[in-house]
Amino acid sequence: MSSRPAAPHNVVWLDAPSFPEAARKALADTGLRRNLGRATATIRDKRLAVTGELADWEQLRQAGAALKRRTLRHLDGYLVQLEEAVTRAGGTVHWAADAAEANRIVAGLVRATGSTEVVKVKSMATQEIGLNEALAAEGIDAFETDLAELIVQLGDDRPSHILVPAIHRNRAEIREIFVREMGRRGRPAPEGLSDDPRALAEAARLHLREKFLRARVAVSGANFAVAATGTVGVVESEGNGRMCLTLPQTLITVMGIEKVLPDFADLEVFLQLLPRSSTGERMNPYTSMWTGVTGGDGPQEFHLVLLDNGRTATLRDTVGRQALACIRCSACLNVCPVYERTGGHAYGSVYPGPIGAVLTPQLVGVEHAASLPFASTLCGACYEACPVRIDIPQVLAHLRAEVVEAKRRGSAVPSAEALAMRTAGAVLGSPGRLALAQRAAALGGRLLGRGGTVGALPGPLRRWSGARDTPAPPAESFRSWWKRTREGGPEKEDGHDCP
Amino acid sequence: MTARDIVLGRIRAALADVPDDESPADVPVPRDYLRSHAGPDVVALFAERVADYQARVVRTEASGAPAEIARMLTERGVTDLVVPPGFPEELLPAGPWNRLDDHGPLGVAELDAADGVLSTAAVAIAVTGTIVLDAGPGQGRRALTLLPDYHLCVVRADQIVGDVPEALALLDPVRPLTFVSGPSATSDIELDRVEGVHGPRTLDVLVVDRDQPQEVG
Ligand code: SF4
Repeated sequence: MSSRPAAPHNVVWLDAPSFPEAARKALADTGLRRNLGRATATIRDKRLAVTGELADWEQLRQAGAALKRRTLRHLDGYLVQLEEAVTRAGGTVHWAADAAEANRIVAGLVRATGSTEVVKVKSMATQEIGLNEALAAEGIDAFETDLAELIVQLGDDRPSHILVPAIHRNRAEIREIFVREMGRRGRPAPEGLSDDPRALAEAARLHLREKFLRARVAVSGANFAVAATGTVGVVESEGNGRMCLTLPQTLITVMGIEKVLPDFADLEVFLQLLPRSSTGERMNPYTSMWTGVTGGDGPQEFHLVLLDNGRTATLRDTVGRQALACIRCSACLNVCPVYERTGGHAYGSVYPGPIGAVLTPQLVGVEHAASLPFASTLCGACYEACPVRIDIPQVLAHLRAEVVEAKRRGSAVPSAEALAMRTAGAVLGSPGRLALAQRAAALGGRLLGRGGTVGALPGPLRRWSGARDTPAPPAESFRSWWKRTREGGPEKEDGHDCP
Repeated sequence: MTARDIVLGRIRAALADVPDDESPADVPVPRDYLRSHAGPDVVALFAERVADYQARVVRTEASGAPAEIARMLTERGVTDLVVPPGFPEELLPAGPWNRLDDHGPLGVAELDAADGVLSTAAVAIAVTGTIVLDAGPGQGRRALTLLPDYHLCVVRADQIVGDVPEALALLDPVRPLTFVSGPSATSDIELDRVEGVHGPRTLDVLVVDRDQPQEVG
């Protein structure tokens, strides 16, 4: 039995074009590039300022990486321990092998309460499994309460950043979405709403207040769960998390199995690493921790859904498993020169940016996200920024080789790219040779490609193309696309901390 | 097979490279990071760091606390004031406010309509400017310090520790914990920080020193 989900669900968006194609489109959108450029520059500076304050930042990163390594190497034991502790504290633990099973469990739990709506705290795991859509199919409304998630939900849009999912929207666009959509989902936007961020935040407060006050069920993600004590935590800024974790009678938390940590004291490392790496603050405004249920305070029913959905498949790869250490801080997105230019949507996944490029193909299998490992210049900025020292360039190189291998296995005709990448190991060591190899691959593909696919081929090539729609390699390799657009593009480098 | 068996089975299969006799303690975790980044004057540092979040910090000696609290409540225009069970009576000033006790307990609508809440804290962290609530005496259940739009938190100077590791060592994970660093905020619009979303939009912190001659921090 495969431990990867049968259908990739939201991990990859099925209608999304491959990365180079989507990136080309995004690059033409100067408004998007301006929004992103400004936002990521701001956050980069803040992060550098607060991480620079700690003389032992490197030691904290080492400790964070080691704790994650310890946890992952003994994941089964820690999960069983967590299950015992949560159960002892009055919670109920559920296990979900894939997205469909997790959605079934959550929908069943909501139905059992008799409620037809839930309030939600921002959660990558529930994005990944497409929970909102699954609940909608059961007649249950899910209301996102994080401001950026609200913007995405009201705009019928997709997230483009793991911390600030609406980073691609500027204030004017957000105002327009609020004015147009809020009334259809509840309290309308105030008359004469301006695009001042303060006014927009106030509009969100008013719109969501009534939902918080009447909510009977909340669904959250979790930043961590402590195996020894059963303590679960959510790190947030706005207080929407506190509302969801405190007011409803029933709380359902969906958590990837990799989020478990050994001991309560280990939080001393992650509560220093996470806020400084993500929003560039010494501490985020609110962190909530709860252990099972507490009589007379907060939800009296607590369910923890432990989600696999491709994580055990990722764990199997001894090089790739380090991606499971990710604490979703988004620092790697904010420093990535590729992300900054293309935005998150180009990655076609709920996990964009450098971490998405290594996590997504592993969660769904490289054959479903073959272009993502190539969505990088291997400049190394992500590795330097990562608070848990995930060597993203190393995993990217490793996955590139796997893509090539999968292509070789999967079709009678190796793609031009695969042919050129045969010696990937040697080539990757030398950027110059890689560039040449990929250019050769692209040229080969262009001779053959027609509308993105390879039809029945003439002459001696015919027997190679039994399938009518053998995908053609991208007309332009990522690296040459990058080189051309970056060097030919109108924007200059803006003091980036990587080449 | 249950989903539990399936997931645990997959994990064990995936970890085939981990030797059978390896225990978690065999995976080294270097702990050479600092226990604290604070200097000797944690109270002054705490006040400075809380103020960085656009919260107001006032420092007073114990005997002056009731008058300070009265002044702050008046300044903030508080009429209906939530006072969690166990709040020290000697700190409570007489005044025109309408005191709401949680004996009922208070409903969400009443809490939402209240002007403010006056609470204590369990621990405070200097380096990060954080107050930690653990639902103990003077803090009450979590909703009390969440729904009113104004939170006045009284912190004893001796409750302030230097940094995160020291604070966690003092906390009981079984209690519901809320770490509060400034008023609610969002950076979701162009990554521009805006104070005040769903949690209390105004946070005042009163640091209470023991009554004794003190040097100025
Ligand atoms: S990979 Fe590292 S830097 Fe990127 S989001 Fe995860 S923890 Fe943060």
